[in-house]
Amino acid sequence: MKKFDLLVTGVGGQGVILASNIIGEVALAAGYDVKKTDTLGMAQRGGSVVSHVRLGRGVYSPLIKADEVDIMVAFEKLEAARWSHYLRLGAVAIVNNHAQFPLSVNLEDERYPDDGEIVGILRRSTERIYLIDGTSRVEALGNPRTLNVFLLGCASVFLPLKIRVWQDIISQRVPPGVQKLNITAFNRGRKEMRRVYLRQGAAEYGARVVDTEDVRGGGRA
Amino acid sequence: MAKMIKLLSGNEALALGAYHAGVEVAAAYPGTPSTEILESIARFDDIYAEWSTNEKVAVEVALGASYAGARSLVSMKHVGLNVASDPFIAASTTGVGAGMVVVAADDPGMHSSQNEQDSRHYARLAKVPVLEPGDSQEAYELMAHAFDISERFDTPVLVRMTTRLSHSKSVVKTDRERAVPGRAVGFQRDVAKYVMVPAYARLRHPVMEERLVGLAAFAETLPLNQVLWGDRSLGVVSSGVAYQYSREVLPRASFLKLGMVYPLPENLIRYFAVQVDRLVVIEELDPFLEESIRAMGISVVGKECIPRVGELNPDIIEDGLRRIGLLNEVVSSPGPGVAPGLPKRPPLLCPGCPHAGFFFVISRLGKRSRAPKSRGKAASESGLVITGDIGCYTLGAYPPLNAMDTCACMGASIGQALGMVKAGTSQRVVAVIGDSTFLHSGITPLVDAVYNGGQLTVVILDNGTTAMTGHQHHPGTGISAQGKETRAVKLEDVVRGVGVSDVRVVSAFNIRDIRAALRSSLDSSGLSVIIVRGPCAVRAPRHAQPRVIDAEKCNQCQLCLLIGCPAIRWESKRIYIDPASCVGDACTICEQICPRQAIAPQFEVGVVAPA
Repeated sequence: MKKFDLLVTGVGGQGVILASNIIGEVALAAGYDVKKTDTLGMAQRGGSVVSHVRLGRGVYSPLIKADEVDIMVAFEKLEAARWSHYLRLGAVAIVNNHAQFPLSVNLEDERYPDDGEIVGILRRSTERIYLIDGTSRVEALGNPRTLNVFLLGCASVFLPLKIRVWQDIISQRVPPGVQKLNITAFNRGRKEMRRVYLRQGAAEYGARVVDTEDVRGGGRA
Repeated sequence: MAKMIKLLSGNEALALGAYHAGVEVAAAYPGTPSTEILESIARFDDIYAEWSTNEKVAVEVALGASYAGARSLVSMKHVGLNVASDPFIAASTTGVGAGMVVVAADDPGMHSSQNEQDSRHYARLAKVPVLEPGDSQEAYELMAHAFDISERFDTPVLVRMTTRLSHSKSVVKTDRERAVPGRAVGFQRDVAKYVMVPAYARLRHPVMEERLVGLAAFAETLPLNQVLWGDRSLGVVSSGVAYQYSREVLPRASFLKLGMVYPLPENLIRYFAVQVDRLVVIEELDPFLEESIRAMGISVVGKECIPRVGELNPDIIEDGLRRIGLLNEVVSSPGPGVAPGLPKRPPLLCPGCPHAGFFFVISRLGKRSRAPKSRGKAASESGLVITGDIGCYTLGAYPPLNAMDTCACMGASIGQALGMVKAGTSQRVVAVIGDSTFLHSGITPLVDAVYNGGQLTVVILDNGTTAMTGHQHHPGTGISAQGKETRAVKLEDVVRGVGVSDVRVVSAFNIRDIRAALRSSLDSSGLSVIIVRGPCAVRAPRHAQPRVIDAEKCNQCQLCLLIGCPAIRWESKRIYIDPASCVGDACTICEQICPRQAIAPQFEVGVVAPA
């Protein structure tokens, strides 16, 4: 059984905690031991939210050590940069291409880093950085609140967990009446991730044909 | 019974464990990280669960239930135990009826607290046993032990949690169901046990001391205390979540994992210590275990390498052990570390928060808020002091509002203000307190202010909820923890009832009325109370007609930025209001304060300033 350490991060209100709960439930259904932990309390008031999700045979610490995250799912770009030091070398960083300005930036006390700076910070740890237009895609789908399951769809490409289980758990965890909408968002996220991965993979690996099996590579060997 | 396998948080697991162990009465006051314990247990219809006015009342309610033969549970955060310490220690003195468990959740790292405190010390002061789980499965199972110990030894039992345990989810497996012990409910008179006049209290103290001796013997064979043998070169004594981090960092060491951390099983500790080459205690916050172990004459290392301050994590423990040579492994080159200079995200008042308007008014009155352009110049103080309290409104202390000068503990604002007045300061003192906080511990200092007199303004910010902890009900809302309609305690009746005659109630969204009430109160010579009332934005989300900036009228004076509303931004040298966050008609504060009437709903504006 491979171990996976995931970091899910964003701004309070984006659905980070529900997303990390779903990852935990899907992994539990697949027979993993799971520990997850969130920083919350004042997150609703626009603060930074980060969830550690650990999947394995027997997990002790709920907190992941720095430099050991296998997969980061960031709902917001600044938060991706803020927690990037948790990434192991060569980790997968799925970053939603969305900026939410903190008040200090609104008042021009501080400056929001530009995309080059953010990618530069992530590149200290990994080249496998995937900027995903999650926010604009779910807005186009007509339901911006499905951002979290869209990004879960992206993450699912790197985890050996059955799609059917993802979809079942998501259906159970979202409010009644929007199950279909959320499953659609999940499937679209998966599709988008594969598209971005293959495009970037083709650039990385040149003419090599990338098999669907190669797409899973997020865990520690 | 079908086997249950679920991912539960520590709080949910405690609640389920208590439910299965037959608890019948649960009482609490919200407090991060403990709040979800009562919220979870309130979902069971066959339990009585209440939000008490404060933690002292909660303990007394639980104690009465226990005296009357019903197993009871109280939960609170660490500072809540400070509030409840009087009845908590009294419960230890009298002993209990049916089992009584008190859960105190510490907050190492102060994720949402005014201090960092190791509540295990209460066990020693109160002479009660304290249990510490290491994950959700242990939290679930520990409750049955806790109630058994409580009844066997006639003592309240303290269960100590920390934020990381309360708010982590881990796997809980059980095939148990709820089992309520059969006993007749009813109070049985026993004056020597329950009435603590000195003559009887004197008889109880030796009982408490003997009880501790019995508990220490019991601890030797309690399954919650276990030795896990590994490599004998290093022995680790640990408890709680620190144990989990230690297992992560030292997978091959030998462990003494303590589930009861007071009183300690001395023989078990000696047995363990003598069989390992080096002994280390890995514990969060105070050297509570370490000092006791050293007092047994056992050589041990602890706070030389593990910090006393802040939350622990595996990296901190690893660094500490490496520094004193207890880790032999080769260190790979360290990672990049935190990226410097990234903008922070401190918590803020929400767009449409009913506190923002009041803080804006008092901030301007006290010349606290600085326009961003004039940053660097000292604000001129106008002789106004604002004592503050605990809740969402504490965020009024941050820039740009800068509208709070003290915040110590629940209810302190009013007493502190009175103290400053009595010290003879010439400054005008305004105490600011929320509705839930006022009911919790603001009434008694208000009585003090009536009785002892003083020129003082008390402002109660009433948003109709206990917001910061997650919008729980309180006695002022008229709805119980289990969702039933009950009597609402009206704040203005309480205030008038204790003898304040100068009482005003204003809308939180009417700047003119707030300003007038505040000026009038500051001009008056006695005690006055202003209740500023408006619904919490999160609980009453209405987004009709977001406001926009009229490009023809706005001169970028930036006054509206001083409200601190996250929807109002300065972008590309212009003010911009984000329509997705602005709550529009439900607020209108910015519209009211703009000196050029440059903020209005879209349909009223000719040329909207572009984004």
